[in-house]
Amino acid sequence: MTMLEVRDLHANVQGREILKGLSLTVNPGEVHAIMGPNGSGKSTLAHVLAGRPGYEVTKGEVLYQGKDLLGLAPEQRAREGVFLAFQYPIEVPGVSNVYFLKAAANAIRKHRGLPELDAMDFLALCKEKAALVELPEELTRRAVNEGFSGGEKKRNEIFQMAVLDPALAILDETDSGLDIDALRIVAEGVNKLRTPQRAIILVTHYQRLLDYIVPDFVHVLADGRIATSGGKELAQELEAKGYAWLEKEPAPAGTR
Amino acid sequence: MSAVESPTPVPESAAPGSGRRSESDEAQRPEGRDSLPARAADDKEALREATRRDEVAPWLAALEAGRRRGEPEWLASLRDEASARFARLGFPSTRDEAWRQTSVAPLSRTRFDHATRGAIDDALDALPGFRFGGAFAGREAVFVNGRFMPELSSLGKLARVRVRSLRHTLQEDPDVLAGLIGAAADDEKHPFLALNAAAFQDGALVEVPERYAVRAPIHLLFISTGAVASHPRTLIGMNRGAQATIVESYVSPSGAHSFCNAVSEVLMGDGAVLDHVRVQSESGKAFHVATTAARLSRNASYTNHSLCLGAAIARHDLVVRLEGEGASTELNGLFASDDAQLHDTHSKIDHVAPHGTSRELYKGVLGGRSRGVKNGLIVVRPGAQKTDAQQASKNLLLSREALVHSTPQLLIHADDVKCKHGATTGQLDDVALFYLRSRGLDEAAARALLVWAFASDVVSKLKVAAVRESVERFLRERLGATGAVPGTPA
Repeated sequence: MTMLEVRDLHANVQGREILKGLSLTVNPGEVHAIMGPNGSGKSTLAHVLAGRPGYEVTKGEVLYQGKDLLGLAPEQRAREGVFLAFQYPIEVPGVSNVYFLKAAANAIRKHRGLPELDAMDFLALCKEKAALVELPEELTRRAVNEGFSGGEKKRNEIFQMAVLDPALAILDETDSGLDIDALRIVAEGVNKLRTPQRAIILVTHYQRLLDYIVPDFVHVLADGRIATSGGKELAQELEAKGYAWLEKEPAPAGTR
Repeated sequence: MSAVESPTPVPESAAPGSGRRSESDEAQRPEGRDSLPARAADDKEALREATRRDEVAPWLAALEAGRRRGEPEWLASLRDEASARFARLGFPSTRDEAWRQTSVAPLSRTRFDHATRGAIDDALDALPGFRFGGAFAGREAVFVNGRFMPELSSLGKLARVRVRSLRHTLQEDPDVLAGLIGAAADDEKHPFLALNAAAFQDGALVEVPERYAVRAPIHLLFISTGAVASHPRTLIGMNRGAQATIVESYVSPSGAHSFCNAVSEVLMGDGAVLDHVRVQSESGKAFHVATTAARLSRNASYTNHSLCLGAAIARHDLVVRLEGEGASTELNGLFASDDAQLHDTHSKIDHVAPHGTSRELYKGVLGGRSRGVKNGLIVVRPGAQKTDAQQASKNLLLSREALVHSTPQLLIHADDVKCKHGATTGQLDDVALFYLRSRGLDEAAARALLVWAFASDVVSKLKVAAVRESVERFLRERLGATGAVPGTPA
């Protein structure tokens, strides 16, 4: 079954139309990269898919595993297996990472008809998944994202993804603000989470992430639509040419 | 402000026409007089005067009736002065600057029973909870309607700390208290302070000997029941180098229309260290007015945690005077109001001596159509150079009808000081809510978690586990999300 089918999606943010007829098909096991210049609608797409309140869909439809996704509340989408890694993860002081995740994981398990995990099982699971993204175990016990460095926050997002085990993971600019070492660790974590069942959408401005997480498909967004799609070589082309050619003008030298 | 239900009928003396205090002073002006502005003002003044007299009359009568013979002369004259001061001041009105946002009209219109000993029966079921599940066994003094209850108290594990009933002390050894009553709580403009001084019958006297550190915390539990007015008084003497943790809690069984007017005075000798916790979780129909006043000698360190959770109207005046060089204080507060509750805290940190440090963090969580008032004053006196004072007040509004008045004030009369203050008021962050929901938590759980997170830095400073857990439990219940709010981080 198709994982995600986006058809002619139009969406407004604060009354301004950002997505203007976007269509996209994602199958299980595939990694799709969504690239594009700032303001092209990449992050809006990610947030619309996760159900952010205030992001208003005016036209089009989104089918997730054959079901209407847009009618679901954000938490229902999460429980159905949609995960969004935030570009700017939120700090939640006073609430430890593992307790927060346990509440989330058990909400999801309950929805799926699975028994809730007890504290011991959950800690064992956390330990295993933290190792996957090289997140120091100490950070899993600290308050959610509080006092984390930029890299630690991003690693924590991938750690959460690993624990919550989504069918569709959307990573919103997970590479932004990371130095090369942090980028490598995050990317390796994501690669370990690639499975034939899971689909991943990588939203990114730069090609650099795609050196580490090699996508099956690359889509270039411009002005709220997919301007062009291709294989991983499209990303390299973009790296060389920049986004300026999308404006249907020849790219002047040095405009990147 | 929003209406707070008047729990018992209006006293006869405040019948219409006799000038009951209200917003409708204008409407009550007698008809047919000439309307010259001066004349109108005179009339208004006369009406206020009549109102004040009517309101204080039953209280003065109760004071007179409750007067004990044989009190030492210093105390008798202290009471006379306080009583005269209360008669002169009357109950505060919203025309008084310090009470601008807090109308005590529902309180001044209520008739209370002034008996000092009330029935404990209706509080028995709740008693284990009031006792924090027995966490303070052997170090707990219990007061019911302001009166020490030896049969409910357990003071067997105090070692060298003295915890005595103020009443017993007054009977047996009154002169040890001479000069101490009112030594710290000396605001002569505060009517409730005057009322307490005139009326108090009992309370706690805690004395920690010189250079003695009490490891286990001591609990003073004040239970108010029925429609009783009580005026408990606490006096804490921390001798030089003494260290202690003292928890005061003020409770009433649910539904009680009680009025508790408490005063706590703290005298800190050189280098003394006190962690002073105050939990007010009275019935949603109760009135609670309190003053906590501390005086700090050289290098003394006073921490006050104030959790204001219950009562229909609660007002707390917290005054800390840093009188010795190098003294420091930390005020850590949380109020959580809902429905039509009103929580008012006025804090004053008075830097008198040089090299003083003060840190204040107050947080308010307001739901329903509740009101909050946080007035924070920092005074730096002329000689108090090198003072380092910081004050922050942060409020979270959970409903459109809730309202908070947050007023930080600095009065600085020295030129070599560091002072910072700030106040913020906001709502739950939409993006944060979305973040939590995107992980599978439903909206109610996500909201609860964020409120929890907001309050956590204040709550986590509570070192006494039993108290911290009880406050956490309260927040969980208040947030209606039992089980959804995880524990604090390891």
